[in-house]
Amino acid sequence: MTVGASLYRLESIQHRYGERVVLDIDRLDVRRGETLAVIGPSGSGKSTLLRLLQFLERPTEGRLWFDSVAVDAEPPVDVRRRVTTVFQRPQVLSRSVHANLTYGLSVRGMPAHPAEIDRLLAALGLAHLAHAAAHTLSGGEVQRVAFGRALTFNPDVLLLDEPTANLDPRNVRLVEHLIRERQSQGVTIVLATHQIFQARRLAHRAALLLDGQIVEAAPTAELLDHPSDPRTRAFLTGDMIY
Amino acid sequence: MSQLLSEFRRPELLQIVALTLRVTGAALLLATLAGVPIGALLGLVRFRGQRVITLALYTGMGLPPVVVGLFVYLFLSRGGPLGPLGWLFTPAAMIVAQAIIAFPLVAGLTMSAVAGVDHAVREQVFALGASRWQSAWTVLIEARVGVTAAIVAAFGGTISEVGAVMLVGGNIEGQTRVLTTAIVLYTRQGEFAMAMALGVTLIAVAFGANVLLLRLQGRLRDR
Repeated sequence: MTVGASLYRLESIQHRYGERVVLDIDRLDVRRGETLAVIGPSGSGKSTLLRLLQFLERPTEGRLWFDSVAVDAEPPVDVRRRVTTVFQRPQVLSRSVHANLTYGLSVRGMPAHPAEIDRLLAALGLAHLAHAAAHTLSGGEVQRVAFGRALTFNPDVLLLDEPTANLDPRNVRLVEHLIRERQSQGVTIVLATHQIFQARRLAHRAALLLDGQIVEAAPTAELLDHPSDPRTRAFLTGDMIY
Repeated sequence: MSQLLSEFRRPELLQIVALTLRVTGAALLLATLAGVPIGALLGLVRFRGQRVITLALYTGMGLPPVVVGLFVYLFLSRGGPLGPLGWLFTPAAMIVAQAIIAFPLVAGLTMSAVAGVDHAVREQVFALGASRWQSAWTVLIEARVGVTAAIVAAFGGTISEVGAVMLVGGNIEGQTRVLTTAIVLYTRQGEFAMAMALGVTLIAVAFGANVLLLRLQGRLRDR
């Protein structure tokens, strides 16, 4: 894996819903090939940040750069297709698990190689559910389908919003194994999580987001073990009241 | 009872059923081809004047068929703008009238079904790389049960309709006589057994068609 120049750059970003400021980021870079964990309490703006990175919304103010191009409008579909998100509350399509998994391939006009799909289904513990209707699955199974669906078409960027929130420890391990596989292939990953231990296990760098602002961004071990900002320390020790 | 059964053997019955299915089927096809895309578009996009169009559609869903028949009659009559087509008192005029009656039902209910698909689904398919058209198509597929219900409702509205087809078709024997207009005629003539036979046939045809459509809906739901 190589961690190169910035793939995303956020400059003087402010994002508002009405009068409410939900993001206020002076500067944040996501480097090519890195895994950046965005940690912070619920409601701190993590999901909104991922929505901007997925081009679902444009910042109210400031500028977002993707691969050295300013994103002022909805990017062309071939640019959008380099990025995908596993949402915190993923939506499955009303079709089979297999059809959900191959959806991203079909919209790209790419063939679904049965052996690869079977391997992914097995890796996610979903092989026995391949032909089940996706809307009959449990929350954890839906989460794994959503995760697998994001991997089939080999995106350059994976945006993961609490990707293991509904999973038991065994399935957390399965998903984290697949994340590591993608890391080794050079995929850029932004992981929004409030699980500090997961950030430590997976991320090269971590950033604490609090009330829409980046408090501190540093290599994961440095941020978690030697935070420089008292708010980071308070968040990590559980002393922060929010 | 035996008289009623004997009426089922009258040769014109089959002809009336065939014309009924032809007219209603063609009208439903036209209304579906126009109504589903327009309804889907209205359910997917937001634009100025949308409320007015929505209101017009909802009003159209309750439009009295006889009023539709009157307007179609005026348009197709000899002095009307479409008079030169020579469609008045032909199955073509009946198809036009029924398609106009069915269109708001198909479009309005499709719009509701598409608008009812969770916005998160649209964001999900966007994030999976769907283009605008692929996204719209996927949402329409997600709303397929509601869209089928729209077509079922439109079918029910057209096959049972009498006022418009009577006006623009003229209830001409062997040419424009359908089940509903034939029931009116035979009742007026006091041939109640034949009117009953036609009524039972109409219910059976509607039932059979709805069974087919609901089976299709069930299959779509289970996919």
